[in-house]
Amino acid sequence: MIDLFDVWKTYPNGSHALRGVNLSIKHGEFVYLVGPSGAGKSTLIKLMYREEKPTKGQIFFDGFNLSRIKEREIPKIRRKIGVVFQDFKLLHRLTVYENVSFALEVVDTPKSRIKKRVEQVLEQVQLLHKKERYPSELSGGEQQRVSLARALANKPSVIIADEPTGNLDPDTSWDIMQLFVEINRQGTTVVMATHNKEIVNTIRKRVVAVEDGRIVRDEQRGEYGYDR
Amino acid sequence: MIANRLLRALRDGLKSIVRNGWMSFASVNAVALSMLILGLFYLLVSNINHFTSTVEDQVEMKVYMELTAGEQETKQLEERLRNDPAVKEVQFIPKEKGLEQFTASLGERGQLLEGLKEENPLPDAFLVRTYEPQQIAPLAEQLKRLETVRNVNYGQEYVDKLLSFTDAVRWVGLILVALLAVTAVFLISNTIRITIFSRRQEIEIMKLVGATNWFVRGPFLVEGILLGVFGALIPALLLGIGYSVMVDKSQATLAMYSIELLPVYPLTLQLTGILLLFGACIGGGGSWISVSRFLRV
Repeated sequence: MIDLFDVWKTYPNGSHALRGVNLSIKHGEFVYLVGPSGAGKSTLIKLMYREEKPTKGQIFFDGFNLSRIKEREIPKIRRKIGVVFQDFKLLHRLTVYENVSFALEVVDTPKSRIKKRVEQVLEQVQLLHKKERYPSELSGGEQQRVSLARALANKPSVIIADEPTGNLDPDTSWDIMQLFVEINRQGTTVVMATHNKEIVNTIRKRVVAVEDGRIVRDEQRGEYGYDR
Repeated sequence: MIANRLLRALRDGLKSIVRNGWMSFASVNAVALSMLILGLFYLLVSNINHFTSTVEDQVEMKVYMELTAGEQETKQLEERLRNDPAVKEVQFIPKEKGLEQFTASLGERGQLLEGLKEENPLPDAFLVRTYEPQQIAPLAEQLKRLETVRNVNYGQEYVDKLLSFTDAVRWVGLILVALLAVTAVFLISNTIRITIFSRRQEIEIMKLVGATNWFVRGPFLVEGILLGVFGALIPALLLGIGYSVMVDKSQATLAMYSIELLPVYPLTLQLTGILLLFGACIGGGGSWISVSRFLRV
């Protein structure tokens, strides 16, 4: 469902973030992106949800050619993709409920369906009882669960996560990972950039290692492979 | 669907004004302050303009007939004047009346002229007004060349000076208002940019969850327009009330110097309309431009 063919990304300052990446992710897969900082993981992820455009090469998502797509078609793609970030990116002036319903209002969901769906996803991340709270009143793990609920609200076919456990303590990280595994089991593709060795080595999934803008390793049920 | 979206933009725009209380307050203040100064100058310039036009309207010319001219020739000249497209008003002043006016202007010493009644040395004359004061000079030149006309008098030096002065006053006023308008645009759009900059994360997240550019812009546009209108409403009210009070209080004093202020209506209504429209345009335009810069996510 996500296919990259000889993708290059060169930033205006001349640095090559990606140098000829070929990658194919199938529907329902769970993929870890690992590698040292600055290796190109974040760039790779940004290309997948079309925050960045490749300098060269083709990226296909669900039949759309992301390298050719028009500016005004981007929203269509984004609605099929849920994104989760290390820093949660919640709106602090909105309640938990509003942070999630926001994602549904954006796509013109009827009011009656919004309430139902928001409660459904908040239930899924076990935060329904805190729906009237504000993000600042929640722990880091809870905030990440809200952002996961927001990502799930539109029933995306893929969840793309950029170090979702990067800001969390180990126990909380495991809780979050349980949710990702559960979401994946229900059929959603998961692509996750991570630095968490224990998690990668315990919850065994496909591992794609990126170094210096190239894919150097791609194994099913792989290992983290770095010291930290 | 479209009504739904409009409603949402309206609701979210209003909500956001309330939620961003201090920022909204700052924006409204910036708008109000610039509009207050702008409005003040608008009133001032309008009145100066009115004053200069009144003065200009008082420009008139006296056309004196040759003493030898008979009734026939006088009629002819009157005809000629009435048919001139530049002429607004012609008033015939027969020599008897001319003498009366002259006598009256001398006051007590007018008695000295008593003896002249029998043998009036003054010519018949016409008092002529043109539509534009600038038309006086060329018309005077034409009339002087006529044989039946002895002299034309319109205070040439005085009128030329007056006209160049009123022109200068108009230009200065226009330039001042234009400069103030530009300053207002700059100040207000800058405030809006800061407001929106502080919310770029909100825009980014909207775009990430798949909002279209229009969806993101809508509420900001509503917000900008409303802030602009609120901001303009305050100075419009202040200036409206202030102006009518001033007209009321100063009328008697100013009348002594034969200065007449423009009436409160329709001037203050005009001002209100201009300020509101201007506020809405700057507010809406400012947010549009500022939001667009953050839409490239």
